[in-house]
Amino acid sequence: MGDMSKNYRLNFLKEVEANVEEGEWVKMCMQCGVCSGSCPLGKFWNHPPQEIFMMIRAGKREEVLTSNAMWMCTSCYNCIVRCPRELPITHIMHGLAHYAKRLGLIPQQQPTAKFAQLFWNNLSNKGRVNELKLGVKLYFMNGIGEGFKTSLKMKDIGMGMMKTKRMNPLEIVGGHGLEDIKGFQAMLKKAQELEDQRIATPRP
Amino acid sequence: MAKRQYSFYPGCSSQKGASSSNYLISAQTMCEELEIQLNEIPDWNCCGASIGYAGGGELPRLTLSARNIALSEKHHPGQDIVATCAACWLSTREAAERLQHDQARCAEANIALAEAGLTLKNQTPIKHMVEVLIQDIGYDTIKTKVKRPLSGLKIAGYVGCQTNRPFGIAGESFENPKYLDQLVETLGADSIPQFEKKVQCCGGALAFSEPEKSQEMIKGILESAYDNGANLIVTPCPVCQMNVEVYQAQINATYGTNFKMPVVYYSTLMAVAFGRSAKDAALTGQVIPAIQLEAIAEKA
Ligand code: SF4
Ligand code: SF4
Ligand code: SF4
Repeated sequence: MGDMSKNYRLNFLKEVEANVEEGEWVKMCMQCGVCSGSCPLGKFWNHPPQEIFMMIRAGKREEVLTSNAMWMCTSCYNCIVRCPRELPITHIMHGLAHYAKRLGLIPQQQPTAKFAQLFWNNLSNKGRVNELKLGVKLYFMNGIGEGFKTSLKMKDIGMGMMKTKRMNPLEIVGGHGLEDIKGFQAMLKKAQELEDQRIATPRP
Repeated sequence: MAKRQYSFYPGCSSQKGASSSNYLISAQTMCEELEIQLNEIPDWNCCGASIGYAGGGELPRLTLSARNIALSEKHHPGQDIVATCAACWLSTREAAERLQHDQARCAEANIALAEAGLTLKNQTPIKHMVEVLIQDIGYDTIKTKVKRPLSGLKIAGYVGCQTNRPFGIAGESFENPKYLDQLVETLGADSIPQFEKKVQCCGGALAFSEPEKSQEMIKGILESAYDNGANLIVTPCPVCQMNVEVYQAQINATYGTNFKMPVVYYSTLMAVAFGRSAKDAALTGQVIPAIQLEAIAEKA
């Protein structure tokens, strides 16, 4: 994919504005800290949103994009409704996470990044999410040994879901899918191409 | 009276054999009683949920929702789209608004949609089922349908995140929305308006990928419900329902607690109050049985 930073070497803020979803909002942050204080998993983030925005303006490209921070966003929208400057913080976090993935900068063993990618693969394959396949892949994503450990831990939950018909073991061999899966996949492919083109073309 | 018609977006988790299939059953029962007809959008696809962002960039994700809206406009012209899943509602409405404001992105979405032979007009209102209940049907009408009041039950209304933020229900505050409490009272039960964890996040998709961190938050929600004397928790969101219900045994093992709190959908409460059977109310789908509701549902 090449080094997309080369046109923005001196200005990470510009790069974020051009390439990250809703990135043009970052400069509006007034550093009040409300978002960081509102974030449910905030205490686990190495840099809460306010700090991320400051670091973007300070040009700390590597530190921001390799951070585990935006991967801990639960999409609770608490920050968005409280931010006095009305920044779409949730979307910027998702945008940064996606951009880090695009550049191959995700921290290793980031569980949410892995889960999120599995989710996307699952849905783009069939058009709908197959919860069982997703679950099985998730429990095995760190390797077979780890997988068996986790699935044993999750066994009771699975049995409960199965007894109440909220999980169907037959899904593993088939499951829900779209009738027009060809049209669906062509559509996604086109959307992906258009997005790649836009990000590859630096703004004047 | 003719039935009200809606174009229905059920979402992946409501499908047969999926984690909130019980939501779909009880919602359908509730709609029968309220003369609401749900017309499923033919060949709908997943909305991408809030976690789709890693694999899918902005345009692919917007296009997912655009396809559902375009299908609805093609097959059910003039009908509002209604979703039961909070995340589905949010993604779809967010995409519709983004594409209304961003003409360049909308043109791109239409180029992609053309590959599937579809066009987006993007003129369709997108509602959560709760909006249909409160705004289109109304508490008064709901009250007239109550045959078995849920008297004697104390129910904590857990609204959670995504039915509440960023759009929420018109006229409600983000910090203390009251509609779920009002619905509980309408059905004859006691609400807990001061329930502290009403809008606390349950961890969402991170309950899968970061279970320890999420379960700590879920524990707080359960503690607050117990401290307020709740018999059960009611919620409008399938992610909240699943997260708060199914991990209780694990939380008990980690923290030495004794949680066994039933967590049900508003549609389950309504189906029982409207006089329907435990099966029609999907009480059979509880991992933690709601015995109080079962007892009411067994009454003639
Ligand atoms: S709440 Fe808004 S303005 Fe305040 S620090 Fe966060 S993003 Fe910046
Ligand atoms: S939406 Fe994400 S960033 Fe905002 S408060 Fe919730 S978890 Fe934090
Ligand atoms: S939010 Fe969940 S259930 Fe709704 S369509 Fe998307 S993935 Fe499927």
